[in-house]
Amino acid sequence: MTHVYTWSGILVVVLFSVVGDVLMSRAMKQVGDVHQLLKQQGVWRVITRVLSTPSFFMGISAMAVAFFSLLFALSWGDVSLVAPAAASLTFIGNAFAAKIFLHERVDRRRWIAALMVAAGVALLAG
Amino acid sequence: MPGIQLRKGLASTGTWYRELRTDLQVTFRKYLVLAGVTVFAAAGDTMLSHGMKQTGSISIHHLQSLLFALLNPWVSIGILLLLAFFAAYMNALSWADLTYVLPATSLGYVLLALVARFALHEQISILRWLGITLIAGGVGFVAGGEALTSHPSHQRGDASFAPDGDVPAVMGAER
Repeated sequence: MTHVYTWSGILVVVLFSVVGDVLMSRAMKQVGDVHQLLKQQGVWRVITRVLSTPSFFMGISAMAVAFFSLLFALSWGDVSLVAPAAASLTFIGNAFAAKIFLHERVDRRRWIAALMVAAGVALLAG
Repeated sequence: MPGIQLRKGLASTGTWYRELRTDLQVTFRKYLVLAGVTVFAAAGDTMLSHGMKQTGSISIHHLQSLLFALLNPWVSIGILLLLAFFAAYMNALSWADLTYVLPATSLGYVLLALVARFALHEQISILRWLGITLIAGGVGFVAGGEALTSHPSHQRGDASFAPDGDVPAVMGAER
């Protein structure tokens, strides 16, 4: 039974991490290239532009939920299972989500990279 | 008028050189941001965990002990570093794909393992070395491609791209 708890906890963590990352990426794409903006309009303009992007706040909220559900999941399962499983599944989930929601061109090169990084993280933290 | 021709040629070489130099500067600054993502995340996590081990465990019933944890210099420096990580991460996401930036965050794990091996002289198992190799290889795979492939149609204030979402994905060509 604790198994079910642990894995559903991990899935919740992965879900909210992916949602948070995708929303944050979308927000920053809407803001535009920060280097150019800094040069043309200065720091305060960039900060107000970020703060006036709704996806930014939704992304932060999703990341906060992911963080606290990670704490819960850690109290249900072993660190050596929960942390690497959540981290590496997040990489794979992000590759799917970036393709579907951000229309990034996730070609074979990036799929291989996502799988390699996910496997590497699982090995390192396990 | 060979003189004018020559001067024209020199002038165009000058602009070409200046453009190349700004291109290189931009590229260098972007790699610096990616390095910041990696280093700040790894250093921040390490300091935070070091500090939290000093302050001891925190229970839900004594949340005020969280405030005391903030007084620990390791914890506060760790938080500052993680804020710096977040700034660099957002900066990187403003000009690169999510699937391009994320592998850079994972390089932090590699960095930590290498610090543990060579600065703290900890033993690293073969499985972990395999993990390090996989992550480094994955990052190399992504870094060899374009930084930005997503459609620019939802980007505001950038008229230089065709508005119909069907632009070929060559905008990452600045790398």
